[in-house]
Amino acid sequence: MLEHYLSLIIKAIFIENLALSFFLGMCTFLAVSKKVSTSLGLGVAVIVVQTITIPANNLLYTYFLKAGALGWAGYPDVDLSFLGLISYIGVIAAMVQILEMALDKFFPALYNSLGIFLPLITVNCAILGGSLFMVERDYNFGESVAYGFGSSVGWALAIAILAGITEKMDYSDAPKGLRGLGMTFMTSGLLAIVFMAFAGISL
Amino acid sequence: MSIKSLIVDPLIKSNPITLQILGICSALAVTVQLKNVFVMCAAVTVVVALANMGVSIIRNHVPSSVRIIVQMTIIASLVIIAEQFLKAYVYDQWKTMAVYVGLIITNCIVMGRTEAFGMKNGPIESFFDGIGNGLGYSIILIVVGFFRELFGSGKLFGMTIFELTKDGGWYQPNGLMLLPPSAFFLIGFIIWVIRTKDPSQVEE
Repeated sequence: MLEHYLSLIIKAIFIENLALSFFLGMCTFLAVSKKVSTSLGLGVAVIVVQTITIPANNLLYTYFLKAGALGWAGYPDVDLSFLGLISYIGVIAAMVQILEMALDKFFPALYNSLGIFLPLITVNCAILGGSLFMVERDYNFGESVAYGFGSSVGWALAIAILAGITEKMDYSDAPKGLRGLGMTFMTSGLLAIVFMAFAGISL
Repeated sequence: MSIKSLIVDPLIKSNPITLQILGICSALAVTVQLKNVFVMCAAVTVVVALANMGVSIIRNHVPSSVRIIVQMTIIASLVIIAEQFLKAYVYDQWKTMAVYVGLIITNCIVMGRTEAFGMKNGPIESFFDGIGNGLGYSIILIVVGFFRELFGSGKLFGMTIFELTKDGGWYQPNGLMLLPPSAFFLIGFIIWVIRTKDPSQVEE
């Protein structure tokens, strides 16, 4: 059993990396990856939010939205799955807001270091994408916790690596038109190829 | 700003993908086939234009502390409509890119434009700004999709252009083009070309 969850986490981190094989959260990924310290802060914020929201959306899906899920309330024929998108984004926005207030009250130090990134996370497609993949793959609650954690760690790892490379790239003499964003694109392309090496591993 | 410049400027000069770094996720993920590209571009353009207009109409009635969630609701409703529409009329394409259609909600183009333009300008300007940015996004996607499908599988819109060696033709397909990383390289090259033509975009 534990083995199953562990392989799910490893798979989500390396083989199905959200940033490098599904291209989720790319905008923040490319825009923030200029300094290692900022990107680590963002990575941690994503891990926290993702690990909470995916299981929360899983519960929402299982008990409210899935076809026949409202059986416990006496409506076994209702299928609300078309409301999925708006409910997930609502949950995500609410979670981010609650997390922001809770951190502000109880962990001011952490809040100050994550501060600017938290509101950004609402519109990070890695978060919503994670929830949509969770629904598409029909994970149960335990699996969704593992998947939420694994996928966000993978994303954080990717952004930290890219930031490390971009920092060093400042010293290289790139063609003028390629400096900045162009180089970041090329680097992430190479990084994505590197991560494809994991694709052969079967768990 | 005139309506013409609202539509023309985002095409190359302030392109959402190559300059504003908006909406990159789907640009990379759906570009293996031109057919999907067109469906995606149409969906995004419609959603951006209508969301921008909708946000602009209510911009004076929404307190700024809740504006993000109000914008989200408008965008999410439009995306649900777009998704149901695609599901009904182009089911095959919808199936191959299901998750990415839903992700138009968090596509930074939509949010970025409503926040940067819709909140500050009138509904008509906002509508055309949305159209312009949608088209700017489409141009990049079509160029990337064109090269990926042509060199990756020798086809355009599913019709054979280059006869593949495995079917007795002459063209040996470039496998890299079918893989996700090729989109990074292609967009990188597009940025390089645009910035060589227009040095004011170069970052130091």
